[in-house]
Amino acid sequence: MKFPDLNNTFKAIVIGGSAGSFQGITRILAQVPEDFPLPIIMCLHRLKHVRNGFIEALAIKSIKEVIEPFDKESIKRGKVYLAPANYHLSVELGHYFSLSTEDMVNNSRPSIDITLETAAFTYKNKLIGILLSGANKDGALGMKKIKDNGGLTIVQDPAECMIDTMPVAALDITQIDYTLGIENIIQFLSEIHKLYK
Amino acid sequence: MQEIHIVDLRKITEIIKTKYGYDFTNYAISSFKRRILRILELYKFNSVDALAKKISDDPAFFEEFISEITVNVTEMFRDPSFWRIIRDKIIPNILLNHKKVSIWHAGCSSGEEVYSMAILLKEMGILEDSKIIATDIDDQILERARSGVYTVKNMELNEKNYVRFRGENELNKYFEVKNGLAYMDKSLVKDVSYRRHDLVKGIVFNKFDIVLCRNVMIYFNQNLQNDVLKKLHESIFKYGYLAIGSKESLIWCEIANKFIVVNNEEKIYKKIKE
Repeated sequence: MKFPDLNNTFKAIVIGGSAGSFQGITRILAQVPEDFPLPIIMCLHRLKHVRNGFIEALAIKSIKEVIEPFDKESIKRGKVYLAPANYHLSVELGHYFSLSTEDMVNNSRPSIDITLETAAFTYKNKLIGILLSGANKDGALGMKKIKDNGGLTIVQDPAECMIDTMPVAALDITQIDYTLGIENIIQFLSEIHKLYK
Repeated sequence: MQEIHIVDLRKITEIIKTKYGYDFTNYAISSFKRRILRILELYKFNSVDALAKKISDDPAFFEEFISEITVNVTEMFRDPSFWRIIRDKIIPNILLNHKKVSIWHAGCSSGEEVYSMAILLKEMGILEDSKIIATDIDDQILERARSGVYTVKNMELNEKNYVRFRGENELNKYFEVKNGLAYMDKSLVKDVSYRRHDLVKGIVFNKFDIVLCRNVMIYFNQNLQNDVLKKLHESIFKYGYLAIGSKESLIWCEIANKFIVVNNEEKIYKKIKE
């Protein structure tokens, strides 16, 4: 597959996922090499009242360490971040995170829309958004914000998703640059990796 | 949904500062922006200017604004393991040197944390020997905290937390359900002093053995966190404790060296220097 829009000016990648996305995420993390240059910010729906375990489950396959950031933690090159349980994760203009316990959005906390929207506002056209399998429409508006700000948008191919509500909702309301299976998302990231060498 | 720019936020914070003396300038931008958007939708303002004018012209509306701008999502026994440490380690430690335990809930919101503490102290048999002060910037939410009435749906979550806290009873021993609402046993908080207090502009008013300020400073930027932490530090007895939210950290704060970590997982710190 060819990705003509790619260049080395991107500053960050955000990934949203919910029901049915765990396997895809672990496959992706298993292929993201240690020297991958961009920060990857993940907002995945998870059990609200279980603080531990999720990171450990992701870590089994992930090459890089997965970090649940603290409030006001700086976003660093090449790090992999995961929104903590029961907090919304926002990206702030100074390239750091802030957390909040506001009401659930789309029945979710963390809400993918919040992470994607704030990342879009901060990184503008330097952002890549990836939305995976999921059973509600959280993340669709966030993908629209990424596109509206000039960023690049990817959804997991609905045909491959365990539950396709989430990527389909995004395809419905905004322009999606690539609709890809997990294998091709991995290939996309590997192209990015090459461009930054 | 409309977009709000930083200049719009500044417009609002300036008016509030000049007119009412509250300073929201250093609130964390993302969540502050979302709250403003929410208020625009809720009250059907068609522009930030319209909201700014209403705030400026109508002090009663400003009270509602304060209520809407602050985040009031809270639970009883949020992070049950935190409450176990408070019961099993922190309070016994304080009682080695003090006869009474004094506690400040800074940013108490609708009061669930205050009830959690009161229940914990009651089960330890020392509620009568404790002094609790609970403060918030928002008068309306203090009223709700005082009333101790919660939705049954929230109580289900609170009960789950209480079980994981491993309390002595069933949580429903402490409330009654009437007309679909849960009424807390008010005798638990009869000695609690609920007061309006703004962490940003407010003065240091007392010293305490434990200050709980969990998931409050996440709404502030780092500069403001530093300022507020100085005040919290001043409000704690030497060798007293500070508890913050599980995903907050003192690491990058100026006064970090005046505390030691007592429990890193639960973010409980001990003041070791004045």
